[in-house]
Amino acid sequence: MTNKTFYEEQDPIIICRDVQKWYGDFHALRGINMEVRKGEVVVIFGPSGSGKSTFIRTINRLEEHQGGKIIVDKIELTHDVKNIESIRKETGMVFQQFNLFPHLTVLQNITLAPLQVKKQNKAEAEKTAMELLERVGIPEQAGKFPGQLSGGQQQRVAIARALAMNPKIMLFDEPTSALDPEMIKEVLDVMIELAKSGMTMIVVTHEMGFARSVADTLHFFDEGQLVESGRPEDIYNNPKEDRTKLFLSQILQH
Amino acid sequence: MTTSTTETLLPPTEKYTILGWIKRNLFNSIGDSILTIVAFLLTFVLLKSTLSWAFQEAEWTVIVDNLKLFMVGRYPAEELWRVWAVLYLLAGVIGFLWGAWVKGNERVGYVLIGMPIFLALLPFTMEVRLLILAVDLIGFLGVILGRRDNESFKKWSIIALLLYFPIGIMIIGGIGEGGLLPRVKPDLWGGLMLTILLAVIGIIFSFPIGVGLALGRQSDLPIITWFSVGFIELVRGVPLITILFMMDLMLPLFLPATIRIDSVMRAFVAITLFSAAYMAENVRGGLQSIPKGQYEAAHALGLSSFAAMAFIILPQALKAVIPILVSQFIGLLKDTTLVMILSLFDVLGIGKSVLGNPDYVGTSKEVYVFIAALFWVLSYGLSYASQRLETSLGVGER
Repeated sequence: MTNKTFYEEQDPIIICRDVQKWYGDFHALRGINMEVRKGEVVVIFGPSGSGKSTFIRTINRLEEHQGGKIIVDKIELTHDVKNIESIRKETGMVFQQFNLFPHLTVLQNITLAPLQVKKQNKAEAEKTAMELLERVGIPEQAGKFPGQLSGGQQQRVAIARALAMNPKIMLFDEPTSALDPEMIKEVLDVMIELAKSGMTMIVVTHEMGFARSVADTLHFFDEGQLVESGRPEDIYNNPKEDRTKLFLSQILQH
Repeated sequence: MTTSTTETLLPPTEKYTILGWIKRNLFNSIGDSILTIVAFLLTFVLLKSTLSWAFQEAEWTVIVDNLKLFMVGRYPAEELWRVWAVLYLLAGVIGFLWGAWVKGNERVGYVLIGMPIFLALLPFTMEVRLLILAVDLIGFLGVILGRRDNESFKKWSIIALLLYFPIGIMIIGGIGEGGLLPRVKPDLWGGLMLTILLAVIGIIFSFPIGVGLALGRQSDLPIITWFSVGFIELVRGVPLITILFMMDLMLPLFLPATIRIDSVMRAFVAITLFSAAYMAENVRGGLQSIPKGQYEAAHALGLSSFAAMAFIILPQALKAVIPILVSQFIGLLKDTTLVMILSLFDVLGIGKSVLGNPDYVGTSKEVYVFIAALFWVLSYGLSYASQRLETSLGVGER
């Protein structure tokens, strides 16, 4: 928590320069430039189809970028499988659809990667897993299968699973969009706690309350471009771009 | 009523006496009654002729006299104990496997237990019947052993199963001349034993090949993809009997004269390759049923492609295709009868040769009904056991 306010003095841990991406003829990312510093909490928002999910997925190479540069923790993302794997070890990802492994118990879901990738021993991995479950508030569910949990619990397991690899960066791809309204808060609470602990986070979300209270920086995406960036209060109170104004007025009406 | 119930109500239950059930379901209206009576009469007429044939006219001596042939072919009588040993081993391994993996549902194994009992009803001598029933006993001991709460048993049961096949083949085929296990030439293997061996070995060996081909078909490397697609489409494009012919007639032309592969080996290879092509497509179906998110989650955690396949994708994909694999196995079990054209004597081949004996002229009905019954018991037993296995593994639930 102490280093939280000083993230601005930290070196950038993620550097994106002119990132380009096409799906067939469709130009999905049109030259994205972004820097994320250690401990910074970044929220990306924008209309659907604006490329925000695509962008966050290029950072751990679930999508390949076709132009520009992405450097994560001093490693550049190239076709080199070693680079990709070492970047993936340092970035945790949480998905909209949870993507838990249905054939494994909650505990096995969390310990799989530490056991197989980091070659931790079983007792150690399980101890860490239980601590993480404790942290996300559901230690009693360790022996259950994902299908037996509610959506909110599943997403919290997914967060614990990503944290088990002790990542430097956490990517959240619309983590609350598939949840029933009463479960959104329990997931956001975990994310808020994580943000306060100094984790570097990139969050794609429509939860503007979360963005306003937790984020250090907001990025507004539209049509594959990074339209506007800034501190939450600046973006909310006096957005400079017309597209940002329009979008904010649409989502904040309710 | 205006009272909204806050108390929990029991679900409505229906209870009938037997007579009540008959009245409700069979004689509910005049139309129902007529249908019921007609159906009963029809069943009676059909059953009567069948049963009177089976119990009065049929000459079952042809089966009784040749039972050993039907079961093991010309396998030497003094070495028969080896077949028993392999059978007992199998019962023990399956019991152990079942005990270790299938928890809770006790009714599960009934049909598997029923298969030896059915066999014991056949006109064997009393001694043989006891030997058959011992299969159940050993299987049961295996279950009890496997049931003991020990996590490592799951691993050991798989190892036992994998070891079982080479050991079983070794016991039946023998090693070296003389000694405890003198060699029994595969030409002498026959009957039900050969049928089951061909099918089991075919499915066991085609499994890894099929999984490999299925993965190869999805590979990014063009050569591997082309090879897999080429193999699958070529083998699936021809009937099994053609492959068997090829093995029988063509293979000796390509191999140097010094290398002789006996017919059983050739049948094994043909059946394995044939089955592998179908296995590949079935497994591919399973692979495609796994959502993209599973791959992404595995990769995002830093798992290599191999680890993602081994720990995340394949376990789910294979679980999803268990029903298809079992039906493939049942199909293969019956397809093995085609090895007759390699002049091997599987259970059907034995039937044919028995009918060639002038002593048993006119007993073809008995022989074929018997063989059909054997196949039916095996196939149904397998299908039932697999359904039960699916329930306890939770296939179809997500």
